[in-house]
Amino acid sequence: MTPVATPFFFYLLSGLALLGGILVITRKNAVHSALALILTLLALAGLYLMLYAPFVAGVQIILYAGGIMVLFLFVIMLVSIERSQKEEQFNKQWIVGFIAAGVLGVLFVLVYVKGRALLPAPNAQIPNESQNTQNVGVLLYREYMFAFEIASLLLLVAIIGAVVMAKKRI
Amino acid sequence: MLEYITSYLKSNTTPGQAGNQFWAFVYIILIFLGLSVAVIAMNWLERKILAHMQVRLGPMRVGPHGLLQPIADAIKLLIKEDIMPAEADKVVFWTAPVMVVITAFTVFIVVPFGPTHAVTDMNIGVLFMLGVSSLGVLAIVMAGWASNSHYPLIGALRSSAQMVSYEIAMGLAVVAAILMTSLHGIGLYGVGSGTGTGTLSMIEIVKAQQEQHAWFIFKFFPLGLIAFFIFAVAMVAETNRAPFDLPEAESELTAGFHTEYSGFRWSLFFLAEYSAMIAVSAIAVTLWLGGWLRPFPNWLTGETWDLVFSVFPGVTFLLLAVIAFVGTMRMPKHAYFRVQTLGLGGFGALLGLIGLVLLMPPVRDRIQDIYWFSVKVAAFMYLYIWYRGTFPRYRFDQLMKVGWKVLLPMGIGVLILTAVVGVLL
Repeated sequence: MTPVATPFFFYLLSGLALLGGILVITRKNAVHSALALILTLLALAGLYLMLYAPFVAGVQIILYAGGIMVLFLFVIMLVSIERSQKEEQFNKQWIVGFIAAGVLGVLFVLVYVKGRALLPAPNAQIPNESQNTQNVGVLLYREYMFAFEIASLLLLVAIIGAVVMAKKRI
Repeated sequence: MLEYITSYLKSNTTPGQAGNQFWAFVYIILIFLGLSVAVIAMNWLERKILAHMQVRLGPMRVGPHGLLQPIADAIKLLIKEDIMPAEADKVVFWTAPVMVVITAFTVFIVVPFGPTHAVTDMNIGVLFMLGVSSLGVLAIVMAGWASNSHYPLIGALRSSAQMVSYEIAMGLAVVAAILMTSLHGIGLYGVGSGTGTGTLSMIEIVKAQQEQHAWFIFKFFPLGLIAFFIFAVAMVAETNRAPFDLPEAESELTAGFHTEYSGFRWSLFFLAEYSAMIAVSAIAVTLWLGGWLRPFPNWLTGETWDLVFSVFPGVTFLLLAVIAFVGTMRMPKHAYFRVQTLGLGGFGALLGLIGLVLLMPPVRDRIQDIYWFSVKVAAFMYLYIWYRGTFPRYRFDQLMKVGWKVLLPMGIGVLILTAVVGVLL
């Protein structure tokens, strides 16, 4: 089916993502920051859906919003809130901050202006959404099999390391 | 406009795939209403069945055999004072029940009540259902933290630890079932015809079971059965129900994460708990029990068998009507009970009428798939009540041990064995 009201949803989702991001750094309460981060992650999942990558969107929801953020909240909730609310939130380096942000902005504009030819054409071919998951699977397990297995080995090492560090006697 | 509405009736896809927003909206309303009625019915049935298991009568006062009890409960909850603790985090306290209801109802977008009876069919159906229902954990954590009280916080911590642990075993069992969709052999030990790509879409998973002539619970016996068993245990833990209802263990934590909630907000948690139970049952039915397929769709074929299976919905309702009428006959013959007797008789007549409508040929052909799906889900709901009446509650360390040391290794083993068997055969 053809997409409906794409610009509306794009601006809505990016607006939500930005709003969540700003809330993350401005809230004093760490739990509120974490909840705002969840909003950002969900909005990003929506953007992935708009990019015809439903599998990535689903994984984003399960892993980040559902899994990692629950563990985040878990830890944050056990930290005393009173203390974090008394501490200073910003280190008042406004001038340096504005200069850095400005330079970064100029860099982005330059990349866009100079490298516009590299960006895909606005009417790029719409990928086949119904085969997205299958395509990801084929790519991971055929073309990039070696890289994928190496990455899983890295994760295994991390898991064993965590267990070794957490347990005194094994 | 009329053309737009009627044009969908001829198509054989879901409204979401056909891009028909009107029918998608109609389906969403129907599912919402159906779920609410199912939750109300579940409320009555649970108390009644539990009572009979414990040789009690259960609710008997409000309406005949307590039939109006859930409505009385709902009215009580709605007119109750809505309390927000003074020290609570207002925004989070307010958001948590809303979020838990949204996540519990959103998953029903992809539940396939029939080949065309779903709001839409997603390429990532199962993943979507698991992902969105895992967001429910967040809502519980939020509710527990925002209450700013000890019992809710402990309840929320227990609940999130439990749900995060069992999600892993559950995921492995689901992957084993999804793996089976990619093996195209026919029969229980489907030999030949090679392997291909599988699917995550709920509708395609059921179609794969039809094509392979086997429900996945029986596929590669006993592998499918073990995967189903893992899921069946994990789904009880995921929905925080007995015997894994530690987050709301009354004897230790009053009511767990929703201790501080009252009135309407509490009823939202109640609603979400029951619709989450229906949602995970729907996943189990879709993945292992052939979804909307009637029993033996490839074996008992032909006109006669089609007719026999298509009268089931109507006959079920007629049977319920007969039970209601027997109840009417057995009501005490006393002027005090006259209204109740009339009410029960009227309820029986209503059930009988629904049964007769379902027997009409055009209706019974369309309602069949919904009926079989609902019956399978209803069996799971009965199991939930049965567990609650049978098993004592686990201790928290036992719960974690079952999750991590029993179900998880079993899940990994089943997954590997399914892959090996699938490649070898």
